[in-house]
Amino acid sequence: MMRAVTLAALSALVVLMIGASLLVGYAPLRPGPALAALFGQGDPLTVIVMQDIRLPRACLAAVVGAALGMSGAAMQGLLRNPLAEPGLIGVSGSAALGAVIALQTGLAGAFALALPLTALVFAAGAVALLLLLAGSRGGSLTLILAGIAVSALAGALTSLVLNLSPNPYAAAEVVFWLLGSVADRSMEHVSLAAPLILAGLAVLALTARGLDALTLGEDAAEALGVSMARLRLQVLVGTAAAVGAATAVAGAIGFVGLVVPHLLRPLMRARPGALLAASALGGAAMVLAADLAVRLILPDRDLKLGVVMALIGAPLFLHLIFRTRKELA
Amino acid sequence: MSALTLRGLTVRRGACPVVDAVDLSVAPGEVVGLLGPNGAGKTTLMRGALGLIAADGVSSLAALPPRARARAAAWLPQNREIAWGLSVADLVALGRLPHGRGGTPADRAAIQGALAAMRLETFASRRATALSGGEQARVLIARALAQEAPLLMADEPIAGLDPAAQIATLELFAQLARDRRAVLTSLHDLNLAARHCTRLVLLDKGRKVADGAPRDVLSKTNLASVFRLDAALIETDAGLVIDPRGVLA
Repeated sequence: MMRAVTLAALSALVVLMIGASLLVGYAPLRPGPALAALFGQGDPLTVIVMQDIRLPRACLAAVVGAALGMSGAAMQGLLRNPLAEPGLIGVSGSAALGAVIALQTGLAGAFALALPLTALVFAAGAVALLLLLAGSRGGSLTLILAGIAVSALAGALTSLVLNLSPNPYAAAEVVFWLLGSVADRSMEHVSLAAPLILAGLAVLALTARGLDALTLGEDAAEALGVSMARLRLQVLVGTAAAVGAATAVAGAIGFVGLVVPHLLRPLMRARPGALLAASALGGAAMVLAADLAVRLILPDRDLKLGVVMALIGAPLFLHLIFRTRKELA
Repeated sequence: MSALTLRGLTVRRGACPVVDAVDLSVAPGEVVGLLGPNGAGKTTLMRGALGLIAADGVSSLAALPPRARARAAAWLPQNREIAWGLSVADLVALGRLPHGRGGTPADRAAIQGALAAMRLETFASRRATALSGGEQARVLIARALAQEAPLLMADEPIAGLDPAAQIATLELFAQLARDRRAVLTSLHDLNLAARHCTRLVLLDKGRKVADGAPRDVLSKTNLASVFRLDAALIETDAGLVIDPRGVLA
């Protein structure tokens, strides 16, 4: 009962946040004409602002947040560890490396989607490397270790590219991209990332029963009819598709995958399967809210979403640790 | 039809067999106690029988597809893992996973029955992780009961329980057997095994060394050769009592 109420409340929150995201922005627009412009009615300039600037931004914030939230919940469920997060498997680091290389080599300017496509290729490469290292027979520990290795390698190569950067302006461009943002993206970005993210989320949704059973440990879950090899593969592939695509278009946005499942776990009575859908909605709401904060706090300083997210996320996480500590005492 | 049939089950770790060509059959109505010193291969035998680890030989359970196997046998591992703070009722409900989407009247009846059998009704809404170790053990047994499989395989289910809970659990196993279900459980308490099991199987270094009525398996020679125990066997009006008096060199 509480579960249905929570999911309904979260859905309402996401709708509310998308509405706010469409109505708040640099250009002061009144709600009536703004919503009409969304459907191509009224002043052509307003139509451009709504359809080409605010709509893709709101869509991206929502799907990126859903990707990060749900894959965070899936990773925590798979590893039975509340500290797990989607970045752990190295896919986001590798996608970022791809983007950085695209920016440095000038490939990013070649055509509109060159940057996100390069990032996606690198994310796919990371998954292939992970499967090679951890295999479908490797345990969860092998998966984490392989993920850490891939992350470290991607991080080192990203630093190398920055290190060898020919001029400070190019380096600054890379650094700004790495901070993460959903501003100034087009509907092409949405149509590139959204299908992949939704496919990833669909795969993750299949893991709900397996993650529930895993509460009892790997042996008990296997004896309950859950194939651990398949469950690991589903979480890996789902997370890779969702987070790889999210990072490819929005850069690295941290803390969502870590904090959102934490916040919602008590409301879903701690059941890891039920937490998946809730975390998708919660993640979407949180990234939409952070993206609103970006626009409201310092509208003319191009504050980056990833920065604000970490500024919101870190204290929230501290609070959660504090609360957990009190519960344990 | 037997609940479990093993023929020549062998599990190797490297070249060395941890379970060595064990034949075993468990029929409905039996509570079979699996005895043996630490490292005798009790856990490995049961995991191999379930198909959780690679094994040579024939196991009727390991041959089944995963979902069918989960309906044929419930497995209660020795390490009592509860990863998240689920409520006791939600945790017990996990036993219903092999039966479909859950929430049917049969599911609710099975969960209620399992909670009642382990005397956990008043705990139903408590968080499982906030309970004591022994209480968690009872919750996990209830989870396995809720699975309502014809065979229950339990690895040292009563370790760490208080004496009353130990006896109550074994009496519950006897009740399951009277309901034409079967139980295979590893135990360390020889007296409880003698009193509550219908049959005992003695393992030593991966080999089955005895299989039969408790009185025959718990002989003075077996206790000496397998457990290195110098024990007195005392006949009382409540049955056989084993009184270990010392460790043999």
